[in-house]
Amino acid sequence: MIANLVQLAAEEKQNPLVPPGPELLVGTIAFAIVFFFFWKKLLPNINKVLEERRAAIEGGIEEADAMKVEAQSVLEQYKAQLAEARHEAARLRQEAQEQGAALIAEMRAEGQRQREEIIAAGHSQIEADRKAAASALRQDVGKLATELAGKLVGESLEDHARQSRVIDRFLDGLDDAASKAEAAR
Amino acid sequence: MSADQTQLAFDWSCRVMSDNGCGFPAPGLHSFLFKPIATVGGFEFNKVMLLALITTLLVVTFFTLAFGKAKVVPGKLQMIGEAGYDFVRRGIVYETLGKKEGEKFVPLMVSLFFFIWIMNIWSVIPLAQFPVSSIIAYPFVLAGIVYVVWVSLTFKRHGFVGFFKNVTGYDKELGPVLPLVMVIEFFSNLLVRPFTHAVRLFANMFAGHLMLVMFTVASWYLLNSWLIPAAGVSFIMTMVMILFELFVQAVQAYVFVLLACSYIQGALAEHH
Repeated sequence: MIANLVQLAAEEKQNPLVPPGPELLVGTIAFAIVFFFFWKKLLPNINKVLEERRAAIEGGIEEADAMKVEAQSVLEQYKAQLAEARHEAARLRQEAQEQGAALIAEMRAEGQRQREEIIAAGHSQIEADRKAAASALRQDVGKLATELAGKLVGESLEDHARQSRVIDRFLDGLDDAASKAEAAR
Repeated sequence: MSADQTQLAFDWSCRVMSDNGCGFPAPGLHSFLFKPIATVGGFEFNKVMLLALITTLLVVTFFTLAFGKAKVVPGKLQMIGEAGYDFVRRGIVYETLGKKEGEKFVPLMVSLFFFIWIMNIWSVIPLAQFPVSSIIAYPFVLAGIVYVVWVSLTFKRHGFVGFFKNVTGYDKELGPVLPLVMVIEFFSNLLVRPFTHAVRLFANMFAGHLMLVMFTVASWYLLNSWLIPAAGVSFIMTMVMILFELFVQAVQAYVFVLLACSYIQGALAEHH
């Protein structure tokens, strides 16, 4: 009971809203120390590190961006080269086709020419043969005719016939008639 | 001085329905009085002062360990420290003051937040079990610092006339009620504000401590005869109150810093 009374007496003096002086002092000192450390040392420290981290992250991002751009340009380049190669291949194929076609046409023309040459050669050969045969025949025919005529007449007409070329003229006339008839037909 | 070294020291034999006839040793203002642990040249050093200094030691030590050798790739401790720092910096200061204006108040606000929070947490730490901020002197000191900061800032920003316009909420459009508003605003801002700023923190921790002490004491006091279940309820309430107090401690630290920021914001605001 006495203790309680003393307690009450103490409480009368105690007002929880009136700050005791020593506590004010201790509180000020305690907080001042905390503030000082944060202000002067700890926060500058961590801010520097946070800044470095931010820079590092941004640097990384920039690097990645640069790589991306580079990859993009390489891809473009590759695509361009590929397109060029395709174009080139197409061009070469086209060219080859054209060349092939030209070659074939040339060969065909050459063949044609050779064929015509051979035919022409054949023709002229035949013509020459025919002419040779005709002239040989004519001579033989002239000779035979002269001999026959000499036998009929009784004397040799050979020299005279040779000189006068009568038979030849006659045969030429026959030839002409024959060629005329052929042309008319 | 009748108050005991710790407020929980009371008559152990005092139980409900015991025959020595003592009443419930309810907690009261005496729960906030401490015998000095040591007296140095007339200066009485008590438990609360010790806790305040340990608070300083804890905060400084923790953040020195966390930020002292800060690395770009943080360790665990640095990560926790950064989370707390970022919460105050981004979550409170930048939110209210903006990055540009707020930057130079970050150290003050970070210090305030962690200092107050740890002071509050002592409430539920075994052996300490006393929130330092339930002694009005500590909130007063902190509210006083904030007060000095925002008042001097208002002077610096707006000059002498601007200062009065700022703290009195001068606005011509109010017309005839302007004088009344100015008087009210003057009192509310310049005289009542630091008081409410400090008392808000103080009263929360004070009341919380009373509740904790009451349920703790009651748990023991009721532990007799058929009221033992009631003692159980009281004990459970103690646990619930501890959890609740943990929440209130953080919230009060947050509110104190948030208000400090909003006062500074008012000081920086252009008068319109």
